[in-house]
Amino acid sequence: MSRKRTVAEINEKILSGKAVVLTAEQVAAMGREATPSEIAEKVDVVTTGTFGPMCSSGMFINFGHTDPPMRMEKITLNNVPVFAGIAAVDAYIGATETALPHDQYGGAHVIEELIAGKDILLQATAKGTDCYPRTEVKTLINKATVNEMIMFNPRNAYQNYNVAVNSTPKMKFTYMGTLLPSFGNATFSTSGELSPLLNDPEMRTIGIGTRIFFGGTTGYVAWHGTQFNTGKPVNEHGVPIGNSATLALIGDAKEMSTRFIRAAYFEKYGVSIFIGVGIPIPILDEDMARRVMVRNSQIETNIIDYGSPGHDVLGRASYKSLFSGEIILNGKKIRTAPLSSLRVAREIAEILRQEIGSGRFLLTAPVEQFTKTSGLNNLEIRL
Amino acid sequence: MKSRRFVLTFPPEATGEPITYNLIRKFDIMVNIVKADVTPGQVGHLVMEMTAPSKVLKEGMEYMKQQNVECVPIDRKITYSQDLCVHCGACSAVCFAGALTMNRTTAELVFDPEKCVMCELCLTACPLKLFDIDLG
Repeated sequence: MSRKRTVAEINEKILSGKAVVLTAEQVAAMGREATPSEIAEKVDVVTTGTFGPMCSSGMFINFGHTDPPMRMEKITLNNVPVFAGIAAVDAYIGATETALPHDQYGGAHVIEELIAGKDILLQATAKGTDCYPRTEVKTLINKATVNEMIMFNPRNAYQNYNVAVNSTPKMKFTYMGTLLPSFGNATFSTSGELSPLLNDPEMRTIGIGTRIFFGGTTGYVAWHGTQFNTGKPVNEHGVPIGNSATLALIGDAKEMSTRFIRAAYFEKYGVSIFIGVGIPIPILDEDMARRVMVRNSQIETNIIDYGSPGHDVLGRASYKSLFSGEIILNGKKIRTAPLSSLRVAREIAEILRQEIGSGRFLLTAPVEQFTKTSGLNNLEIRL
Repeated sequence: MKSRRFVLTFPPEATGEPITYNLIRKFDIMVNIVKADVTPGQVGHLVMEMTAPSKVLKEGMEYMKQQNVECVPIDRKITYSQDLCVHCGACSAVCFAGALTMNRTTAELVFDPEKCVMCELCLTACPLKLFDIDLG
């Protein structure tokens, strides 16, 4: 039985420059030869990464007060409506919000441009009150003029996600990209063995307060994400099949980089945003070593027909086959393509590896573990 | 005599007409098939070079139009802003011609313009809108 370590002990090693830090891909390759016990002895931290479209994202912003002050009630940024139903000059920019007819430009683009340091047109109106007399404002803002830009994303970093195919004779335009007719292609969207929550499937080391790489800077896990579901079936390698756990993330968008936050538009679907997330996994014991050794061949997900109204499950595919460029469904080969960038996910895992290796990024034990759930509620039509 | 490359797009509901045969027999167009991707019941694509006097080429194109076969000359080419690309792979999903593929080792997008059949699906499939048509 190999030695157990605490996060505090790992941090001491990091600070003394002696910690062994590898990316999840490196440790997965190492796992072909080494046993979990050997890896638990040798490796202290494993870094993960993902860079994919994550619609449930957005940013709180505080514009600062005008003179005389104003309680902004209707706000647009570059003509994109933002949520103003909070205090006077606070707002929330939802990534997917758009202003018709310009449905290819939305909140995600405003967020990316703010991070890039560009000027954005702020327009707001209000009824005017005794304490906030001003009724309208039109001006330019940028990240230097506003007080806070706090990215808070209610659902990021899905633990696993479906493969999308289309059985119908017509092209389907979805958030899983353009699906060619009659099973002409299959798309998928996680970084497989490099993906954060696939390396700690039971979330032993990831919880509330976990320090992470977020959009190019340091961020934190704020809570479990929306639609958090730990009730999904797991395969023989302990990996949930299909979309399961999620994370709510928070970080300072003023410090983020457009290298890791990019606006996107999916044809005939809408605006979304690519978010870069990297999470370090402390190798506390042999069980964690076994988890991070997981390989693409051991991670599976459901193949879903996005052409059927009920999104029928048609089969199952491993990430090894998905990354190979081809899956087989009912005896027929289907060309596969990713939607999340493995290239950038690798860059994130490598940056995190170097940051930890050089002692600039320390690990955190969760303030609270996530509670387990048994499934999700559907929305019943009760009227 | 004029030689031009075209992308022919066949509707899933084929007319049953032997299009290529008729182009050769009825119009005396010299045909060289560069690439074919035709499956019954699906949208089909054919890239071919056609050689004939301009007038005859025009008649051949008119004939194809009557048969609901879209015929687009490849004088144009696809370009993309490589420096802004995040290598997500969404464009490779729709590129049946195999011009846009993911390198399995580097996980980077590879664009081979020689294989492009100008279907233009990448223009809309790219979530960052990095593809464009160069009209030459």
